Amino acid sequence: MNIVNFTPLSALFGGLLIGLSVALFFILNGRMIGISGIASNFLVSKDNRLENFLFLIGLILGPLIYSFTTNKEINISISNSLVLLVIAGILVGFGTRLSSGCTSGHGISGISRFSLRSIIATITFMIVGIITVLITGIL
Amino acid sequence: MNKIVSLLCGIVFGIGLVISEMINPEKVLGFLNIFKDWDPSLAFVMIGALIVSTPVFHLFKNKKKPLFSSNFLISSNKELDKKLIIGSVFFGAGWGLIGLCPGPAITSLALLNMNSVFFVISMFAGFYIALKVN
Repeated sequence: MNIVNFTPLSALFGGLLIGLSVALFFILNGRMIGISGIASNFLVSKDNRLENFLFLIGLILGPLIYSFTTNKEINISISNSLVLLVIAGILVGFGTRLSSGCTSGHGISGISRFSLRSIIATITFMIVGIITVLITGIL
Repeated sequence: MNKIVSLLCGIVFGIGLVISEMINPEKVLGFLNIFKDWDPSLAFVMIGALIVSTPVFHLFKNKKKPLFSSNFLISSNKELDKKLIIGSVFFGAGWGLIGLCPGPAITSLALLNMNSVFFVISMFAGFYIALKVN
């Protein structure tokens, strides 16, 4: 194993902002953020629909405000395979709904609450993610 | 007021994903690649988030009500069932294939990258299938 591309400071600072968002949303609006929950509830439920919609719009505004204020370009590198994108998207959507949480809902909000469900979910999706990357690296 | 909070919290979360680079699937796949070239950054993102959210949650969870809403909504589900494990396995597999989870996927729509758009549409289809099945 080699350690590569490690950016601890920006990771920690970005993480603090994510934690701040989770903390404020809880103190002010009374809910623990889980993005798969917010997105899927926006899709099917009338409860808090405007609140959920505005949160999702805020997520998309985030990078735009960051680029505008810092003049920095945001570059991402993502697979070009339509088949993989569709399969992975369905797996992520289906899986996070079945287990009621994703990296934010289980990994941050749930672990903040010391929820055993969320700790087990987080360990599970991380191990499976690691195995998947290992397999696709061999293929 | 809680509508404004929602928008602002979304913005702060989105900027956090940009600064931590979790919006970049390559960075996430680097974290999952522990047997070859490992990028531990994602662990630091989680530590950064948890050191803020954990104390705040425990300080405020027994308060009567949140500032701008009538009551706290906290999951009471404690069941360690098959759905939790199977769902997490499906999610982990999809996450490891592309390197996107729901937050970064939606946030990356800002970049107008068509591959992100395909992923997000498929993800919403996945939500819909799961809700129909249950």
